[in-house]
Amino acid sequence: MSETESKLRVLVAKPGLDGHDRGAKVIARALRDAGMEVIYTGLRQTPEMIAEAALQEDVAVVGLSILSGAHMALVPRVLALLRANGLDDVRLFVGGIIPDEDVPALKAMGVAGVFGPGASTGDIIAAVRASVAGQTS
Amino acid sequence: MLDVPAVLGGDRRALARLLTQIENGTAAAEAALAELYPHTGQAHLIGVTGPPGSGKSSLVNQLALCLRRGRAAQGGLPARAPASVAVVAVDPSSPFTGGAILGDRIRMRDLAGDPSVFIRSMASRGSLGGLARATGDVVKALDAAGFDKILIETVGAGQSEVDIARAAHTTLVVEAPGLGDDVQAIKAGLLEIADILVVNKSDLPGAAAAVRALRASLDLAHPAARRWATDSTGHHGPALGSVVARPEPEAGAGPWWVPPIVATVAIESQGLETLLDAIDQHQAHLRATGELARRERERLAHELESRLRDQLLAELRDRLGPLALDAALNQVAAREKDPGSAARELAAQALRL
Ligand SMILES: Nc1nc2c(ncn2[C@@H]2O[C@H](COP(=O)(O)OP(=O)(O)OP(=O)(O)O)[C@@H](O)[C@H]2O)c(=O)[nH]1
Ligand SMILES: [Mg+2]
Repeated sequence: MSETESKLRVLVAKPGLDGHDRGAKVIARALRDAGMEVIYTGLRQTPEMIAEAALQEDVAVVGLSILSGAHMALVPRVLALLRANGLDDVRLFVGGIIPDEDVPALKAMGVAGVFGPGASTGDIIAAVRASVAGQTS
Repeated sequence: MLDVPAVLGGDRRALARLLTQIENGTAAAEAALAELYPHTGQAHLIGVTGPPGSGKSSLVNQLALCLRRGRAAQGGLPARAPASVAVVAVDPSSPFTGGAILGDRIRMRDLAGDPSVFIRSMASRGSLGGLARATGDVVKALDAAGFDKILIETVGAGQSEVDIARAAHTTLVVEAPGLGDDVQAIKAGLLEIADILVVNKSDLPGAAAAVRALRASLDLAHPAARRWATDSTGHHGPALGSVVARPEPEAGAGPWWVPPIVATVAIESQGLETLLDAIDQHQAHLRATGELARRERERLAHELESRLRDQLLAELRDRLGPLALDAALNQVAAREKDPGSAARELAAQALRL
């Protein structure tokens, strides 16, 4: 067995009941094109499903796409379940439609970054990379 | 850092971390695998391959559900104890960026929340045979962790997938009507590796034709099949969930296994019990005929050889150093020496050192 390059593994998930995952797919593809391995789980993931997938897939980063406005309910739940699974070092990013005034609260909870609809994929990739820089799993 | 006792004790986090290290080929993973190896050899390894979009992930989802549920004895069919299930799903890495989108979990959401199921997505990382280089070791870790059944979904390549036949005890080749290409076209590489042929999406038009085409190619590929194959249904449509061509149990006691053709509709969970019965029969056949031990030995021989090759190559590189390799490459590039002679001379030189 020879040492191969380790890859950044990212879970992109779409929690909540709102209908489409176009944005999440765009992000998933951008992260793939940046050389990451993206586990894509599709629509209507519960926080439990997201934490379980993060555990089994041993990802370093989880990205949530939330358009429903339910972020202030979903994010703390996902964070609590990640911690309950011993995944304290997993970085959580949130994208979608998030009002500016909610961003400080989300960051205070432990969210590593928040991206609105206008964010460039380049910024997102850079933020994801920076969040795990210097981390040895 | 890698907690082998925790992995053996069923700690899912420890297992997940070990799998990452295995994928990255670290020395820690190598040491852990050596410790885990005596605990392997218990699980039934089931490969699931076939063209893109034929429904492999959907079938894996349904198979896992049925395996988890088990079955009470009914109508002459034996009971099946509920089994724990691990899934390894491989998707291709981009050859250009090395990145990958691993999307097989989308179809496996019914398995969420079950502590006796563990799903792991893997990128192929440049490997071409439908599996990743590390898939075999990932399977070993899951085996040692105590999963009864391990379902291995390959990249949907539809050709040259000998790797899965070697890695699994029982290989399912999943076909479906309406994939755009002629069912006939896939036969060459895939048919030989199939222990069980699945015609999924039997709710769609063309399913009966697909079954007929498969049976025709099967007759060609397995001349022995004609003696034992029976059409239990007697008509031409793919009776849902029926085993269309399978050896008589008595005749099947011989050395031949004739791949049965099973029609399924994964999205409506039809045909799954029949498919699991075929898988059970295949496992029983492997055991009864000694084929299990033979396949195991062949797989291990192959693994030993490829590891030996890696070891030798690493040792050779080490001894020669980058300068000697580079000089040889320059000569080959300048057409002063052919690659074969250059390799022979380098090997001879390294072995003398
Ligand atoms: N009509 C019908 N559609 C099905 C059936 N099984 C799966 N599908 C659909 O076929 C599509 C592909 O299914 P998957 O399970 O993702 O197929 P796959 O072979 O794993 O695909 P890849 O991993 O991309 O190669 C999905 O849209 C499924 O819903 C079936 O029995 N009937
Ligand atoms: Mg799939």
